[in-house]
Amino acid sequence: MIPSTLEYTKATSLDEALAAVKAGARPLAGGMSLMPMMRLRLAAPGAVVDLGGVPELVGICEDGDEIAVGAMTTHRSVANDPLIRQHCHVVAQAAAGVGSMTIRNRGTIGGSLAHADPHGDLPAAILAAGGAVIVRGSGGERRIDVGDLITSYLTTSLAEDELITQVRLPKGAGQSAYAKFHRRAIDWSIVGVGVSIGANGVRAAAIGVGDRPMRLSAFESVLNGGGSLDDAIAQAGEGLSPLGDLDGSTEYKLHLVGVLAGQAHAEASSR
Amino acid sequence: MEQTITVTVNGTAHTAEVEQRMLLVHFLRETLNLTGTHIGCDTSTCGCCTVHLDGETVLSCSLLAVQADGRAVRTVESLEQNGELHPIQKAFHENHGLQCGFCTPGMMMSALGVIEQHPGASDDEIREALEGNLCRCTGYQNIVASVRSAADEMARS
Amino acid sequence: MATTERLQSGGVGDAVLRKEDRKFVTGEGRYVDDLKLPGMLHAAFVRSSFGHAKIKSIDASAALAMPGVHAVLTNATLPVETGVLSASNPGGDVRHPEQAILAKEFARYVGEPVAMVIADDRYLARDAADAVHVDYDPVPVVVDAEKALEPGAPLVHAEYDSNLAKTLEHVTDGFADVLAKAPNKISLRVVNQRLTPMPIETRGCIGDWSNSTGEVTLYTSTQVAHFVRTFVSIVCGTSEAKVRVVTPDVGGGFGAKLNTYREEFAICAASKVVGRPVKWIEDRTENAVATIHGRDQVQYYEAGVDDNGKILALKFDAVQNNGAYNQLLTPSISHLTLFMVPGCYDIQDVSITIRQAFTNTTPTDAYRGAGRPEATHGIERLMDAIADDLGIDAAEVRRRNFIKSDQFPYASATGLSYDSGDYQATLEVALELSGYAGFEERRAEAATRGKYRGIGLSTYVEVCGLAPSAVTAALGIGAPGWEHSTVRLHPTGKATVITGTSPHGQGHATSWSQITQTELGIPFDDVEVIHGDTAFQPYGLGTYGSRSLAVGGIALYRSLGKVREKARELAAHLLECSVDDLEWTGSSWQVKGSPDRAKTIQELAYAGWTSASLPEGIEPVLEATTFHDPPNFTFPFGTHVCEVEIDQATGRVEVVNYTAVDDCGNVVNPMIVDGQIHGGIIQGLGQALFEETVYSEDGHMLTPTLVEYLVPSAADVPPMTLHRTTTPSTSNPMGVKGIGEAGTIAASAAIVNAAVDALSVIGVRHLEMPMQPARIWNVMQEAKS
Repeated sequence: MIPSTLEYTKATSLDEALAAVKAGARPLAGGMSLMPMMRLRLAAPGAVVDLGGVPELVGICEDGDEIAVGAMTTHRSVANDPLIRQHCHVVAQAAAGVGSMTIRNRGTIGGSLAHADPHGDLPAAILAAGGAVIVRGSGGERRIDVGDLITSYLTTSLAEDELITQVRLPKGAGQSAYAKFHRRAIDWSIVGVGVSIGANGVRAAAIGVGDRPMRLSAFESVLNGGGSLDDAIAQAGEGLSPLGDLDGSTEYKLHLVGVLAGQAHAEASSR
Repeated sequence: MEQTITVTVNGTAHTAEVEQRMLLVHFLRETLNLTGTHIGCDTSTCGCCTVHLDGETVLSCSLLAVQADGRAVRTVESLEQNGELHPIQKAFHENHGLQCGFCTPGMMMSALGVIEQHPGASDDEIREALEGNLCRCTGYQNIVASVRSAADEMARS
Repeated sequence: MATTERLQSGGVGDAVLRKEDRKFVTGEGRYVDDLKLPGMLHAAFVRSSFGHAKIKSIDASAALAMPGVHAVLTNATLPVETGVLSASNPGGDVRHPEQAILAKEFARYVGEPVAMVIADDRYLARDAADAVHVDYDPVPVVVDAEKALEPGAPLVHAEYDSNLAKTLEHVTDGFADVLAKAPNKISLRVVNQRLTPMPIETRGCIGDWSNSTGEVTLYTSTQVAHFVRTFVSIVCGTSEAKVRVVTPDVGGGFGAKLNTYREEFAICAASKVVGRPVKWIEDRTENAVATIHGRDQVQYYEAGVDDNGKILALKFDAVQNNGAYNQLLTPSISHLTLFMVPGCYDIQDVSITIRQAFTNTTPTDAYRGAGRPEATHGIERLMDAIADDLGIDAAEVRRRNFIKSDQFPYASATGLSYDSGDYQATLEVALELSGYAGFEERRAEAATRGKYRGIGLSTYVEVCGLAPSAVTAALGIGAPGWEHSTVRLHPTGKATVITGTSPHGQGHATSWSQITQTELGIPFDDVEVIHGDTAFQPYGLGTYGSRSLAVGGIALYRSLGKVREKARELAAHLLECSVDDLEWTGSSWQVKGSPDRAKTIQELAYAGWTSASLPEGIEPVLEATTFHDPPNFTFPFGTHVCEVEIDQATGRVEVVNYTAVDDCGNVVNPMIVDGQIHGGIIQGLGQALFEETVYSEDGHMLTPTLVEYLVPSAADVPPMTLHRTTTPSTSNPMGVKGIGEAGTIAASAAIVNAAVDALSVIGVRHLEMPMQPARIWNVMQEAKS
């Protein structure tokens, strides 16, 4: 299949990109989700603005107690970055497992978050780490916690004229890990769980269990209240109601949440 | 909307006016008649259309041709030099790494990316790294052997 | 023995590297989408988005108004004479509903073509197709074959009183008594799920109709160029002599391209309408609904068994889902199941009933194995059920039931004559190689890692080398089963081999060159093989049913023999001796005992061409043609042993060991044979673990892309260990058997049997496919509760 007719512009600066978005263009990051949707004609934006030529959107650097990751940084770069691997391992690990090698060469961290696919691994990993995004629009710049960014299936709290410019990862999430379960190696996760053990206790988040990445509050509170890992695993799915589909029933997915939370916690603890 | 682009493909700069929605794979196949790059799906799953863009493997069905403006693309047609097969081509031939041949160009272009990123990869790692390329004929056994053999050969030379 | 040794001498038996490869590794393969004709336009189809709906109206005005759109064709305007034709029981006792080239009054499955758009390029064609508005009135849908046969089910075709397409029955005399007297009765229900073939190259074709000459050339990605030609001439109403079908390189077939499709006829008719060549290339999402599916058979076994585990009588009732229409061979596929119900076991009392149903789904037809994987999977599951019920080892119960090596040729209860076999020999080799005896230690060790480990066997025999024409006639198939070859020696001593087989990855150019070198002494590199173009061959039946070597290869072998004999007469004439004085050296005829008095085949080719001096009654030129009709099928067999581990936490099934011992008689190219087995096994593994074509109850396709339909990648499958035994076929002078489908036929049962064995420790006795983690986890939960 092939995309519908569209107008393409390539932004060379953030201001240009923002102006195009304000004028109604759909931001095109790595295109690993948007392009297939356009080819299947599930998406037919009349105009796209390519963010691939905006230098301020690429790169990874330390900024105080956070790591600043440009929104257009690829999964491959995130997965291989020593800073992220050391200080926010869960995100590097999740990035290393997205799609295939070829997809990781193009797909971006900002694109993953903005696309808000409920099966995307990175949003859960970043949520588990306690990350945030910096967005910019005509109203200026603001910071949104990742937990407040994705609101539903393929839906975010971004205003129509806003772009994610940066992802902020806390440096205190080195003791963290991501575990996921999928059918084939290349497939989207059925369920994925990120766990981070930091100064403020355990944070855990999952995808595949709702219309957006979800914090595993019961799992967290058992562990943060001094409970056992077994109890935490047993309660991990509490409050969640994933829909049954070809990948498995509600019960199966809830079971997987516990299994994966246990695996991720064990791996995080050993780091 | 039409746009004039210049893409360096296999070392030669090509300038053409293309529809902005044209996929890179169609630019290669239809505009430049480089039909070695194939299309096997609509969903970035099969890997048939894999080419190198500025040295990295990409899916040419998931990029617009205009996104390659000013950049360098390498396709399967570049591998053979002066009548000599590239080690990856030789390895696929010698290890019976292909049957119908349709997935082969994408498989080889991905394999080159694997060998570059993980030169000492084990068979299991080769399998993992080829997760984005589907073959329906070979059962992959001889593809893995081909990539292993090419990696060893390229490490020696 | 290492199964593949890299020999380079080029004759039969050597693992010669393929002469086909270079064009494919350099990107110079020419598949149908790589072809461009001057003035070529592009087609896109408008397809039904409903499983069953009345077409109230089609409004093409918006599409026609788009610049660059040349035509929008519908059933009312497409110039064709008939609908799609089936070769299966034409005029027989099967219902053949009309399958219009573009849907007429009703659309009966999602994806059925309703209209077609012709435009300047493929982008525009797609835009215009999207702009065609079809007004549908949905009507009730049935997708499940068993439900379709229940009274009161929605009728797929209102002209019939039920959805029954055909019933196949075969009951041996006295069956009921034998079953009644058997001391043990063991029953099993097995579902062989629907699959989508998914060749990595989708279908596609280019029609080029000349209105001045009436000639039409169709370039199409097919396994059966001549079938397509015959049917294009009938459907489009033109002389077969004016139709040329060209098969370019074909990117995989697996049976999906063993067919004649609506789009092939439509593209010819469209070219006639617009007076220009028209190309259509199938999208993957289109392929998932517009190209045939495979399998979809529900089976009920009841075996009467003695206390030693010997099957005395076997009852098999099945329902086959034909889909909405009969494609080329749809009603015949489950007949192949019928043939192979007893498998490799000596069961002389059988009762077989297969009811075929129409449903609101894509038609099913031949997919790798075509009817035989269904039979093998079922009987192999049954053998394990018997072993389990009676407490006999799975290998031992097979030994007790096997047809013995001294029983060949073996007359099966379903009317076949198995050519040759030694089933127990392959079993014993496979048990040895796979470490069957030491398995329990591995099971115990795996349990310490949270894994259930199991081992499974599949001992199979299959029927292939389709087919003796008398058999196809008896089956009501309106097509023969012979194959053609021509061998032509050129003045320079090089050879052209023209074959009616139509390879799409099987390496015929290589294997046919090897046979030519061995039989005629023309070096491998001096042989060119031509296939897949109806302009070159008188007729060819094509490549399917693991027939190419066993039928087409023998046709070649016989032509080579004819050329060699003609060369002998010429040599005798030139050497002034009797033909009886000559001996064949492998590449020349020489006077017995006198190496200095000899003529090489190349010299004889030249002499035959110059014709300066020919013996009485001999025509010029060394060339021969054969139409070989095989006297019988061939019956390859073997044993596959699989070990799996099942994760107790998630239900994931992982194949950890796979050993295959296959016997396909004499082997022309062991490297190619291994490749066929590798690929075949992984397609069987795909069915066992990953693949299933799923419809919603209201007829929507839930697995329309490679994201939902899980073709496994290298990362998802194990390495395999192969070995061979050699029991030559008695059906042909080369002693060869087919091997293209054997791996697929064998594999699924070995994997499922291993998984059932793994879960036997918690009381599980049967598993359905695909064994996706969620299904296995559910089974584990139920077993534990």
